[in-house]
Amino acid sequence: MSGRPEHQAPPEIFYGQDEARKYTRNTRMMEIQLAMSERAVELLCLPENQPCHIIDLGCGSGLSGETLTEQGHVWTGVDISSAMLGVAKEREVEGDLLLGDLGQGLPFRAGAFDGAISISALQWLCNADQRSHNPANRLYTFFSSLYGCLSRGSRAVFQFYPENSSQVELITSQAMKAGFTGGLVVDYPNSTKAKKFFLCLMTGGQQPLPAALGVDSREEAPSHVAFSQKRERMKQLRAGKAPKKSRDWILEKKERRRRQGKETRDDSKFTGRKRPSHVW
Amino acid sequence: MKLLTHNILTSKCLKGVTVGYPLGIVAKEVKVNEVEFNPEFISRMIQKVDWPALCKAAENLGHLDDLPPAVVEDYENNEEFLKKAHHFLMEIEVINGDLVCPETGRKFPVTDGIPNMLANEDEV
Repeated sequence: MSGRPEHQAPPEIFYGQDEARKYTRNTRMMEIQLAMSERAVELLCLPENQPCHIIDLGCGSGLSGETLTEQGHVWTGVDISSAMLGVAKEREVEGDLLLGDLGQGLPFRAGAFDGAISISALQWLCNADQRSHNPANRLYTFFSSLYGCLSRGSRAVFQFYPENSSQVELITSQAMKAGFTGGLVVDYPNSTKAKKFFLCLMTGGQQPLPAALGVDSREEAPSHVAFSQKRERMKQLRAGKAPKKSRDWILEKKERRRRQGKETRDDSKFTGRKRPSHVW
Repeated sequence: MKLLTHNILTSKCLKGVTVGYPLGIVAKEVKVNEVEFNPEFISRMIQKVDWPALCKAAENLGHLDDLPPAVVEDYENNEEFLKKAHHFLMEIEVINGDLVCPETGRKFPVTDGIPNMLANEDEV
């Protein structure tokens, strides 16, 4: 599939000044990142109401870090793009930032962190951006150093965009080699738009994986991002109008048409009835 | 870079480095901020913190002040100690300077609060 960012340039070049700014100005993008960050933190299964020390791998401009701060955690972020980190600094994120290459290993002491999250970054490690790069070795160096700096029993959750199944295979095999247990959680597996991959790695020995979202076919995949829908609804409720497409909205619209003298079907008990949910 | 982060940083990703800890600090600019005190978090971090390394770092920065030389007994309930630990771990920030590997002398520059831990291809 052409057009994948990681096929265009190495991350520190792709995420130069302009792209870094664009990334953090695109509201739809930000909403998606926010939703994925919240889901990743959920999958971390941290002890309730306890502030933890988390590492954000490929923290970029700090979008995911802000979710961590919001939930009361203290975090440190690592990224290879100084432009993205510059944007994070401008946004005055709470976490400490480090300029580093995940494929060179994480330079931290044993047991330094209670958990790790990573949003949309892991696929970048699968490419050889320089002749000397061997993706499998870099992935292993990364995972083994991550395993070392996580405290026993803690987890690492990676949301990423695998290009194909052999990439998933490459990543999971290096993670297992490094000592992790765990596996892939795929939310909304039947929806091309909403499908999201989360690699959940554990250090405390084999444990059951958390349940994926949207696996029950009756559960509808979100067609928009949750927050923009909520925002739209709040705006309209505040304006005193009936929310779009609801039965009230339909009845109001039909009244309007009648007042305009347009031919309108009579209202019945079937007006604005609930349609059966989409079967993907 | 807060002193908490410095306390967990090593240079062990470099070839030929065994421990790579603690990193020396040569600071050109240091800032003191006000950060919200979270006693629960500090209490848990004290278990992970290498206290002698923290003292050495504070000394390097010329900010040793009233940092207690060792972790006191029953620190979880000692609010005064926790507040001091919080001040040194979370409120002192290195803005510009260098981190130095204790085994190879290799410098990692710190610019605008961000340490550059990128190694050259022949160093890893």
